[in-house]
Amino acid sequence: MISTTSGGSPAPRKRRLPWADAAFSFAAHAAALITLSLLAAIIASLVVGAWPAIREYGLSFLWRSEWDPVEDKYGGLVMIYGTLATSFIALLIAVPVSFGIALFLTELSPAWLRRPLGVAIELLAAVPSIVYGMWGLLVFGPILATYVQQPLQSTFGDVPVIGALVAGPPVGIGILSAGIILAIMVIPFIAAVIRDVFETTPALLKESAYGLGSTTWEVVWKVVLPYTKSGVIGAIMLGLGRALGETMAVTFVIGNFNQLDSLSLFQAANSITSALANEFAEAAPGLHQASLIYLGLVLFFITFVVLALSKLLLSRLKRNEGSRT
Amino acid sequence: MSFTALSPAKLLLHRRRKVVNSIALTLSLGAMSFGLFWLAWILFETFRLGLGGMALAVFTEMTPPPQAESGGLANAIFGSALMVSLATALGTPIGIMAGIYLAEYGQRTWLGRITQFISDILLSAPSIVIGLFIYSVVVAQLRSFSAMAGILALALIVIPVVIRTTENMLTLIPNSLREAAYALGTPKWKVIYSVTLKAARAGVTTGVLLALARIAGETAPLLFTALSNQFWSSNLGEPMASLPVTIFKFAMSPYENWRDLAWAGVLIITLGVLALNILARVLFRNKN
Repeated sequence: MISTTSGGSPAPRKRRLPWADAAFSFAAHAAALITLSLLAAIIASLVVGAWPAIREYGLSFLWRSEWDPVEDKYGGLVMIYGTLATSFIALLIAVPVSFGIALFLTELSPAWLRRPLGVAIELLAAVPSIVYGMWGLLVFGPILATYVQQPLQSTFGDVPVIGALVAGPPVGIGILSAGIILAIMVIPFIAAVIRDVFETTPALLKESAYGLGSTTWEVVWKVVLPYTKSGVIGAIMLGLGRALGETMAVTFVIGNFNQLDSLSLFQAANSITSALANEFAEAAPGLHQASLIYLGLVLFFITFVVLALSKLLLSRLKRNEGSRT
Repeated sequence: MSFTALSPAKLLLHRRRKVVNSIALTLSLGAMSFGLFWLAWILFETFRLGLGGMALAVFTEMTPPPQAESGGLANAIFGSALMVSLATALGTPIGIMAGIYLAEYGQRTWLGRITQFISDILLSAPSIVIGLFIYSVVVAQLRSFSAMAGILALALIVIPVVIRTTENMLTLIPNSLREAAYALGTPKWKVIYSVTLKAARAGVTTGVLLALARIAGETAPLLFTALSNQFWSSNLGEPMASLPVTIFKFAMSPYENWRDLAWAGVLIITLGVLALNILARVLFRNKN
């Protein structure tokens, strides 16, 4: 195989546009460098913007819980907790469901239904997050409050540990609703990637297992899943990255409440993204704004690590695929 | 006497495996219905409430003050259309060129690998951070919110989406096509421009449409770049209304007329984004 990327091009003597090749190559390289430098520029601008807050609080910003624009004192714990807790709830719901959807699409669904169902799931991923947010606030929240939160509270309200989790006003706004909306949002992302990853399993492997008399479930659980393990984890991380950075869907339903006085899932709270969305445009330049940018920096750092891990895991699967088939 | 192999214990095991299998498959069917249930519910409510707020005035009148008798979203729709199209026009060439670099120049170089990695990270990076970035490099420097800043923020979201699809589509083009063109003495830029890029045209267009769909619904990067505007404005140096930011403001308010308009806006965005996605799919499938 001749590689077209390294010196595949013969250099003809007579060119009508001798500079065109160089110019085109320059434009392509420049575009790539712009993309590359974007990341550096984003990190640099965030660090510069957050500098007053970094100098004032250092790393203690991460575990200080007070957020008081009046006294000009800031700490990120409440928002960081909100971001992590909502994403955790989202994954708790989304991972098993996405796995089930991927299993259905790859092994169970009749062939004629596979494509339309796959497209439907992908369209669910394309719906803008503001639609989820508004639907969550005005349609889903009230229903959750009446039919889930109030019954839960009256059943478990007096049980020691669970009681604390369901305390607080059952108004359909808070960590639980934000987590559920996030789950609905990331299910299609995770399901679509897991489906693609499942499809990389060589048919030979699956057929051998079926030939030995395995049931469909055994083939998926003992052959497909071990083969695609790193890819599946990569897909989950990708979903986690989405959930952590999601703004609108969370901002509508989390309640934007900057205190952390109970572990209740019904309690209104705040996440990094919703704090930014609500406060940043009005924040006075100075420590308040710097603290918000500091939160943005923390968010970018967390999602960067999660997404980088996801990418590594997914690319490892791609490499294995090449060597094994 | 071959039946001795099927001792009661083995029959039991067989039955248990079958039961486990059917439970798992039922759950999987349940998961699928669960996913589709939300899609159906969200679309249903969007249509029901959106059509309730829909009227001709939505497209002809400006965003009203609270509790006004009439009003529409004309300035927000115009602002969104203007910013989204300019952002696509700005981001697409950079995205396509970078995608060409990844597929045709830098495939096995370290620069190529890093660029691909960074572009994939930017693809899923929180869009609100992009807003923060543009705020600090544009808005804070010029000391004013402006539509231009919003366009830049959206363009930064377009770039990685276009890079991903362009690169994927170009790597699908068989090498024999390139080799045939080179054998005719074609210079590299001409091979890329008139052979590979042309062959991948449908896929690249799909990528641009998907990028368009993605930024049409983006709210977070506009919140503190383009901000919002109550009035009609086509001045790129001033704050400009956009559909998503207006919906955000109106939906969070307690006013009935604002909420109705927000539902109408959500319906418009949802229909637009779904139409773009379906168009992209149809276009891609017809060519492949």
